[in-house]
Amino acid sequence: MLMPRPDQSVIARRDEIVARLSAIVPGEGVIADETGMRVYESDALSVYRQMPMIVVLPETTEQVAAILRYCSDHGIKVVPRGAGTSLSGGALPLADGVLLGLGKFNRILEIDYDNRAVVTQPGVTNLGITHAVEDAGFYYAPDPSSQIACSIGGNVAENSGGVHCLKYGLTTNNLLGLTFVTIEGEVITLGGKHFDSEGYDLMGLMTGSEGLLGVVTEVTVRILRKPSTARAVLVGFPSSEGAGACVAGVIGAGIIPGGMEMMDNPAINATEDFVQAGYPRDAAALLIVELDGPGVEVDHLIGRVREIAEANGATSVRVSESEAERDRFWAGRKAAFPAVGRIAPDYMCMDGTIPRRMLPEMLRRMSQMSRHHGLAVANVFHAGDGNLHPLILFDANQSGQLEAAEAFGADILKACVELGGVLTGEHGVGVEKRDLMGEMFTDVDLDHQQRVKCAFDPDGLLNPGKVFPQLRRCAELGRMQVHRGQIPFPDIPRF
Amino acid sequence: MSSTFRPTSASQTRDVVAWCADNGSALEVIGTGSKRGLGRPLQTEHTLDLSELAGIGLHEPEELVMSAAPATPIEVIERTLDETGQMLAFEPMDPGPLLGAAGGTVGGIFACNLSGPRRIKAGAARDHLLGFSAVSGRGECFRSGGRVVKNVTGYDLSKLVCGSWGTLAVITELTFKVLPAPERTWTVLVHGLDGKTATGAMSAAMNSPHEVAGAAYLPRRAAASSSLERISGAGGAITALRLEGFGPSVEQRCRELRQLLEDCGETCVLRSQDSRALWREIRDAAVLPCPDHHVIWRISVAPSSGHLLLGGLSDRRDHDAFLDWAGGLVWLSTPPDGNGGAELIRAAVAGLGGHATLFRAPAAIRSSVPVFQPQPAPLAALSRRVKESFDPRGILNPGRMVSGV
Repeated sequence: MLMPRPDQSVIARRDEIVARLSAIVPGEGVIADETGMRVYESDALSVYRQMPMIVVLPETTEQVAAILRYCSDHGIKVVPRGAGTSLSGGALPLADGVLLGLGKFNRILEIDYDNRAVVTQPGVTNLGITHAVEDAGFYYAPDPSSQIACSIGGNVAENSGGVHCLKYGLTTNNLLGLTFVTIEGEVITLGGKHFDSEGYDLMGLMTGSEGLLGVVTEVTVRILRKPSTARAVLVGFPSSEGAGACVAGVIGAGIIPGGMEMMDNPAINATEDFVQAGYPRDAAALLIVELDGPGVEVDHLIGRVREIAEANGATSVRVSESEAERDRFWAGRKAAFPAVGRIAPDYMCMDGTIPRRMLPEMLRRMSQMSRHHGLAVANVFHAGDGNLHPLILFDANQSGQLEAAEAFGADILKACVELGGVLTGEHGVGVEKRDLMGEMFTDVDLDHQQRVKCAFDPDGLLNPGKVFPQLRRCAELGRMQVHRGQIPFPDIPRF
Repeated sequence: MSSTFRPTSASQTRDVVAWCADNGSALEVIGTGSKRGLGRPLQTEHTLDLSELAGIGLHEPEELVMSAAPATPIEVIERTLDETGQMLAFEPMDPGPLLGAAGGTVGGIFACNLSGPRRIKAGAARDHLLGFSAVSGRGECFRSGGRVVKNVTGYDLSKLVCGSWGTLAVITELTFKVLPAPERTWTVLVHGLDGKTATGAMSAAMNSPHEVAGAAYLPRRAAASSSLERISGAGGAITALRLEGFGPSVEQRCRELRQLLEDCGETCVLRSQDSRALWREIRDAAVLPCPDHHVIWRISVAPSSGHLLLGGLSDRRDHDAFLDWAGGLVWLSTPPDGNGGAELIRAAVAGLGGHATLFRAPAAIRSSVPVFQPQPAPLAALSRRVKESFDPRGILNPGRMVSGV
């Protein structure tokens, strides 16, 4: 992975930078020794590794502002990092960059049930928020599968989703307020506990900006009352077409399930070997449909889902009769990644999204690609929202397999775009999909995005080398092209 | 000479904007012009009239997605969705009753990010825009987002154009999420509460598992303005809590919600058609008592703060008001003297946290008082740089949101 060329003049000043950062964050807030920095050399996309120049772990917004101001004044690159669970290399360090870790921002600041809001520091885990409010019957809805470890600040940076986002939305739909620091050290607060501030929606823009626009130091999220009931239906199909038609049928009937997940046969068998969730091993596709809400509604909808499943050729339909059974239905799905990890030395998880109805076509193409690249693939799929997670199985120790897996992954993502979808549904572009951005966007599209970056970070110091395939200077991007002289465009109606 | 351009395609739109960018001539961008009375008044050299860019491009009910050209009437969108039992879940408001200009477009709704009572459950307009194509102030066509809900590929510029009032780019196509419309809509009414107890009742309802999809408080005079006899004839304040969904579920939740609120006051239920009519009046602020010369403020604060704001104003300024969004959205009408109370209201809102928008006022007031809540300097400067990144010459709706931007 080609990263921006390290600036040797910055690296040469390393001792001085360590001293200056230590003055801002006293005590153990600066890590400059190799052993101490080793844990930061990669995030959850561990195929890419790079030692940072220095790690700094501030504890206050003022410290973050002072660090950024110093780095900005001295032309030093900064890579922000939350819990380091990015699957796209969003927190991959730079050899000439300061890694700014927000792990010490780990306190929930306020729980406000009257306004259904929690004010928290960004290093608190996603699940930590739910834990703080669940005794009162509340929860925080977005639930990425890394929720036990991933931080809410990272969720903001990546606009994380999860199983429940078809019904309850992504991170961006569940935020009320943000405080962030610009690379120039300005502290900016957006929103609060009220809805929809006027002015440009910079909160929406910051969400999913992958640490390229600012460093988030405080987050206000919306919490919801837990649904009184949740039940799951486990449905086996002899073909992926049947499962796809069932998904369309459920949504066509006006039902928005809390979650709707699909697994293909290799994924079913891998998880069954691992956790014995009781999945039908012979099914070509398995659907888990979870309905949540008032008990009477859930019972009513379970009946309708069962009818739709049977009308679409389901070979097995099971409805959870207890919480324990519902958990068992989910156990397989939740263990899908580690289960696949057992059957191959390495796997690569992709994250494209397609229009739901394209699923059978996508699976057909994927099995062709699997033959072409000589690597197996297992599929888990957020069927409700079209987000695919193909797991490409390979062995990095066998020469050429990593490259084949990367090529296979790129082919899958290109197919997603071709079928009307996108490169990444919830994992982010990071470094992993950076060079594929041209599959989805023209240069003009990307220039418009990069100019937004320039508005926040004119020198390109925040997390450079991520998201955009080609780094362009802001001065060059800002130049206006003169289109043509004075044409009165005779063909346009004017009055 | 001032012209109105009415392009019939995205590329013609680009040609107009590019020409204006070259010449530095400002454009007012309009669909049908129904929201011209919103925001700061404009004085531009030319007008870009998008009314020819209309029509639904794609509607796939099972994919929960629709695309449309910007000047497609919102009414056409809603009618088409209705045929397949779907809706725009953010419940776009129709400012017609307040502004006296009916017939808005889908582009206008997203550009102004105007969401109705269901905002508290289903999100705002900005939460439903999945992708768009547009011409930026640089005179270049670009697109962002896509047609799927789950998408983190690149910056989410859809959020940025929502609520940008046409100041960043001219949208030529929008793709948005659509959702199943509820099978049944009922409303639990609680009679005779004051602002504080009503806020408590709304909070209790929102904090219950009954999935309340609208929570509004109409003080006595607002209730009396309703066209529904059940509301206007009640002779006192009304707190309204909407329940939507499948029939049996609505019935059960309705029973349970009434039980939950039985200590608050007398309750009754408004069913189907009446219920929908009431929420339309709330959505469009048609229940706000406001003589034609009054100015109207639309104020967003934390749900528990709306009634405090009104309490603070009560003996300092003549006004009428009602609360939506479980208490967080304050619709307020007040006489126009002293710039419609801008100083007092803005100070009160700043103290509570939130923003106050001058929703309706004579052009003279909208020119002299900031229409939107003024921003702290660093945020204002950042917003200005974002504007410049899309529209470096400042030709698109200049000054519509902030003077000089």
